[in-house]
Amino acid sequence: MQTHSFDVVIVGAGGAGMRAALESSTRAHTAVLTKLYPTRSHTGAAQGGMCAALANVEEDNWEWHTFDTVKGGDYLVDQDAAEIMCKEAIDAVLDLEKMGLPFNRTPEGRIDQRRFGGHTRNHGEAAVRRACYAADRTGHMILQTLYQNCIKQDVEFYNEFYVLDLLMTDVDGEQVTSGVVAYELATGEIHLFRAKSVIFATGGFGKVWKTTSNAHTLTGDGMGIVYRKGIPLEDMEFYQFHPTGLAGLGVLLTEGARGEGGILRNASGERFMERYAPTIKDLAPRDMVSRSMVLEVREGRGAGPNKDYVYLDLTHLPKEQIEAKLPDITEFSRTYLGVDPVTELVPVFPTAHYAMGGIPTNVQTQVLRDNEHVIPGLYAAGECACVSVHGSNRLGTNSLLDINVFGRRAGIAAAEYANTVNHVELPEDSQGYTITLVEQLRSSTGSERVAVLRREMQETMDMNAQVYRTEATLKQALDDVQELKRRYKNVSIQDKGVRYNTDLLEAIELGFLLDLAELVVIGALERKESRGGHAREDYPTRDDVNFMRHTMAYRRTDEGGREYVELDYKPVVITRYQPMERKY
Amino acid sequence: MRINGRNRLACKSLVKDLDISKPITVEAIKGLPLEKDLVVDMDPFFAAYRSVLPFLIPAGHEPSKDRLQSAEERARFDDTTKCILCACCTTSCPVYWTDDQYFGPAAIVAANRFIFDSRDAGSEQRLEILNAKEGVWRCRTTFNCTDACPRGIEVTKAIQEVKRALIFRRV
Repeated sequence: MQTHSFDVVIVGAGGAGMRAALESSTRAHTAVLTKLYPTRSHTGAAQGGMCAALANVEEDNWEWHTFDTVKGGDYLVDQDAAEIMCKEAIDAVLDLEKMGLPFNRTPEGRIDQRRFGGHTRNHGEAAVRRACYAADRTGHMILQTLYQNCIKQDVEFYNEFYVLDLLMTDVDGEQVTSGVVAYELATGEIHLFRAKSVIFATGGFGKVWKTTSNAHTLTGDGMGIVYRKGIPLEDMEFYQFHPTGLAGLGVLLTEGARGEGGILRNASGERFMERYAPTIKDLAPRDMVSRSMVLEVREGRGAGPNKDYVYLDLTHLPKEQIEAKLPDITEFSRTYLGVDPVTELVPVFPTAHYAMGGIPTNVQTQVLRDNEHVIPGLYAAGECACVSVHGSNRLGTNSLLDINVFGRRAGIAAAEYANTVNHVELPEDSQGYTITLVEQLRSSTGSERVAVLRREMQETMDMNAQVYRTEATLKQALDDVQELKRRYKNVSIQDKGVRYNTDLLEAIELGFLLDLAELVVIGALERKESRGGHAREDYPTRDDVNFMRHTMAYRRTDEGGREYVELDYKPVVITRYQPMERKY
Repeated sequence: MRINGRNRLACKSLVKDLDISKPITVEAIKGLPLEKDLVVDMDPFFAAYRSVLPFLIPAGHEPSKDRLQSAEERARFDDTTKCILCACCTTSCPVYWTDDQYFGPAAIVAANRFIFDSRDAGSEQRLEILNAKEGVWRCRTTFNCTDACPRGIEVTKAIQEVKRALIFRRV
């Protein structure tokens, strides 16, 4: 075992982690640990854009952006956080431009902007051009630009180091951050990283579902780690299903396609979004569009041999516009479905996409251990965190914004804190938990297989905890997931080696996924209302009296040593916008 | 990885597009040290990338707002911004297979992306780096890199543009 010592350790090298590293590394001795290579992080898959009220092409201001974010999140957004994000968005975009990001340009040479779902002029009047973009590979360009600047600043990366535990030390009765434990994929060696500050920036957990836009790597590791340490997770029942996944595959087609003028049509060719969102139609927020698509299919208006999808129609757009502004999704459609969007309708259906919930933080990105108290030295940013700027439904482009604004804040806050404190002692047997976790899996002779359990989890989640939910489907999902958790205790792996043991890696990841799937379902069962990304058919309306509050899920152990989930609630921060009915 | 002898992304290669009457061969990419199964050591690849200064070296004072760049100037280097650093091009290059000192196509693509960016002032430095013995002149224009690129980047052309810039000392 090796021991390392840093002021700040950042876990994850996607957009939030690298944006944090750019700030932290100039202020304090910083390491970035990632289970991948930084350039493989999922930020690179984001397509459409990053919103900021630059007003480069039409009138706009950050207050309108804040309102849209709050309304888009169905009023579960913490409005102080949303205001910070939308205000700092402008500098966040300009910072990226200065770092070299190749944004598309207007004829005047300014950063170009386009329309995106739920982003409107003057509190909902009409769609506004707010999304700054680089073709349909904005996330790719952000990831590349941040990585390039990390190289420029000589940021220290530990690639293919899989963090498995967070270390906290009891100091005068308070839990204080003292480091992390990582497993080196190349060698199987355990590494202890002492740190004064730790930032989690580990991304989402889309692999809980079968149909997802997420890569295989999105297994909720960071959320899973802190949850096992007794830290709550917030609003886990709110998960976004992106409307336009390639039908049957879930591969993402950007909302920017509709921003450029694309239209959703049902089997008879009707532009059905006109019925559901008369003002902004196809550019309604994702939760509404996804529900509308599911209803079209349920009511028999779906297309295809099984009538189980709808169409994205780009055929009325000029070929040059499609190829210049949407080249990647055009290629995805051609490659995976053999459909050419220039001349043909593209089959699409909702796909599991983004976690609104996660590790609770305040606007300084400090992690909360309950509704009020922070854990000294612990920070989180990006999809794994819940500061709650997205509330119950994230607007398109606000994730790229979130990682830049709160990644930056995390990097500054973590370094500044580290510079004011000394390292605390590591807890006793710091590596014990991780060694046991790894060795038990490696030596297990159980009969269960990782791939089988994962598939069953994904199938029940797709079937029972997707766009629409009911008491009955959620209970079924809960039974299934809890049974899978029992079976997981009997899982074994075939590769017993130490070098690049991906079999072991996937087994550990599945453990996190199962924990998080359970939280999604329990949170959804208890939330007897419909709000944003959480649609209960048995409780079809929003209930502000009983549920205008964040869910906080804690892992508890009873006297008999059995684990269970305890739910608590946290008030929503409301500043200037009182909840209203959400219409578009 | 190499699928039926060609560098491709497994996530973009469909079985139905291959000849399934014969076994499909999958191998690790060539030219980088093999670690295990299909895993290679990517460190030499990223070391070459880092050595060409793959980041914007801005010209002049930092503006208070965005730097202006015309759509034409932006289009000038669009192709090379697509690179995802997958190493398909570099590890399909026969020069790179036999000479691991060579920067390889991906690093030159990264250099090209900044050399032709109107906002950048580091072209001279990068050109000097690529003018070295193991720089662009090792390229024999076999076009393997262009064929291999899963992002459709005209890699050989990007390398030729750097050579041309070196000959004429003009970007």
